[in-house]
Amino acid sequence: MLQNLKQSLLISLWFVFLTFPLMVVRVNTMDQVVIWRWMNMLWVAIASFVLSYGWRYMFARQKVRKKVADEGGETRSKLQLLLEDMSFRYKAMGVILVAALIFPQVFDTYQSTIMISALIYVVLGLGLNISVGLAGLLDLGYVAFFGVGAYSYALLNHHFDLGFWISLPIGGIIGCLFGIVLGFPILRLRGDYLAIVTLGFGMIFKVVMENWDSLSFGPSGIANIDKPSFFGMDLNLADSTVYIYYIMIAMVIFTILVTNRLKNSRVGRAWIAMREDETACVAMGIDIARTKLSAYALGAFWAGMVGVLFASKTTFINPASFTFMESAIILSIVVLGGMGSILGVIIGAFFLILLPEYMRAFSEYRMMTFGAAMVLMMIFRPQGIISNLRQTYQYKGLKDKTNNG
Amino acid sequence: MAEKKHKLLEVKGLTMDFGGLRAVDSVTLEVHEGEIAALIGPNGAGKTTFFNCVTGIYKPTKGDILLHPKGLETRRLNGLKPNKVTEMGLARTFQNIRLFPDMTVLENVMIGRHCRTKAGIFRAIIRDKMVRDEEQQIIESSYQLLEKVGLARFANEFSRNLPYGAQRRLEIARAMATDPFLLLLDEPAAGMNPYETSELDQLICKISSEDKIAILLIEHDMKLVMNISNPIYVMEYGKKIAEGSPREIKDNPKVIEAYLGEETDA
Repeated sequence: MLQNLKQSLLISLWFVFLTFPLMVVRVNTMDQVVIWRWMNMLWVAIASFVLSYGWRYMFARQKVRKKVADEGGETRSKLQLLLEDMSFRYKAMGVILVAALIFPQVFDTYQSTIMISALIYVVLGLGLNISVGLAGLLDLGYVAFFGVGAYSYALLNHHFDLGFWISLPIGGIIGCLFGIVLGFPILRLRGDYLAIVTLGFGMIFKVVMENWDSLSFGPSGIANIDKPSFFGMDLNLADSTVYIYYIMIAMVIFTILVTNRLKNSRVGRAWIAMREDETACVAMGIDIARTKLSAYALGAFWAGMVGVLFASKTTFINPASFTFMESAIILSIVVLGGMGSILGVIIGAFFLILLPEYMRAFSEYRMMTFGAAMVLMMIFRPQGIISNLRQTYQYKGLKDKTNNG
Repeated sequence: MAEKKHKLLEVKGLTMDFGGLRAVDSVTLEVHEGEIAALIGPNGAGKTTFFNCVTGIYKPTKGDILLHPKGLETRRLNGLKPNKVTEMGLARTFQNIRLFPDMTVLENVMIGRHCRTKAGIFRAIIRDKMVRDEEQQIIESSYQLLEKVGLARFANEFSRNLPYGAQRRLEIARAMATDPFLLLLDEPAAGMNPYETSELDQLICKISSEDKIAILLIEHDMKLVMNISNPIYVMEYGKKIAEGSPREIKDNPKVIEAYLGEETDA
């Protein structure tokens, strides 16, 4: 403790010394005087001290935790234990649901719009979580499936006047098909190679959409896409935002239900086993090709559906919405939140999407803080905000044996 | 003698080349019903390669691997995918433990049930009665297997937290969950202390007698091999140099030479 303080103090002094010529001394060449900016020195000292102490504190904590883990002790944090308590979980879910439902009533359209985009990323994160978090297939081109969904709705709407509700499953299925098409060539690939191929696919999608004018109208994009209709009625802007918000909430709930069920099913277990050890997995009689394809296709299905919703929300899409940056953000949501953990991904999405939105004043530093957050996260909490919980099973009819054995 | 028993696995002239290196050189081997057969030999003799060929991880260069399941027609395993081989009733463990570290012990065994169950994605989402029953049945049969290998109390632990010997036993339980009639164990006693080895000894005999699963094992622990297995096959430099009962193997000059080096006249 004291040792840490001393070390941090020394580091802060060292920083003061290093930055002295830059931060403190300023020569005014016109008047030929030196201006001493002593306040800057103080700030450097304080900032470096706080940072260094925080850094040390986190490392010390991690060390303690590791030691506890080695001795077989409790490593789960209080938060994690609380989350494992089912009754608390139901109560919390109820509160969140009610809050989510009254949100657009309380706040204005602007807030709802921001919330919709956050929810879009929640679903995208949960979709990508299937292939990255559960099945361990690193996908750097996920946004392509999102784009496929958005473009399928935009084009169907433009050419055939198809409505939102019919296009929603169609967009999902088209995304899914693209997932399978991409899935076949990458069946043999693992790890880094897989990441590169998916990265390439993401790039190809954008380039094709930019250049295939006759299909996609090129960089100028497609405008005047219909918003979702409410039983045939056209809604004004405010109402339709609220409407889309509720659709999005329903979609999030649907996604959570499905991923939660899949996670602890026969298929989900096969995905996780494949992530853990492919050779052992195949030796246990699991068809790797099928398992990989299903994970890919399902992840792409969600991206496709959200794509449709995105197109209907913005009413205008062009290839610029589907850059690598988007893929990177979705991936960061999954990694930051905790791979394989549903709650983690949701928190990660809100964190990464809402924070920049509400901190517009600092928007210049957005990428910097984003990067710093990622680096710190990987050092101190590589498992993500919420680490993955595994289902524990009760044994009906075997209970007596459990107690004895 | 052994000839009357039903032949389960028949390997004829199996050869495996890696480029110019012949790792396995026309090895012929048979495993009969109820047997605990052993494959021994010095390091690098090609035993694990032989296993990998049989279980479909490698595609053999030459030779036949025939599986004769009881009451079913004979199947040739050459070039089949590992998961197909496992589906046919031939399970294996690995020399370097390959569990799923971030899954619980019970889930590791439940994975083994995968190829014997069939709930797909849509049924898993709907979770109808059949799926729930199937799931319950997976849990129960997996739990029983854990009891058999003595790991039931660890059921909800992560498998990476298990002690070494327990991890090896979990691998056996996981392989048994695939309902095999022939179990290939790749050095099950490696790294175990004498107490753990004797426990394993009993476990293997139990699997053989109670579950009627034939076993083919690779092992370096001669005490274990000589105690429980018959027949024994010996490999050196990819070739099979001897086969027979433990007594025959012990007295075979070729085997002694392979392990201890050639005898020279003083």
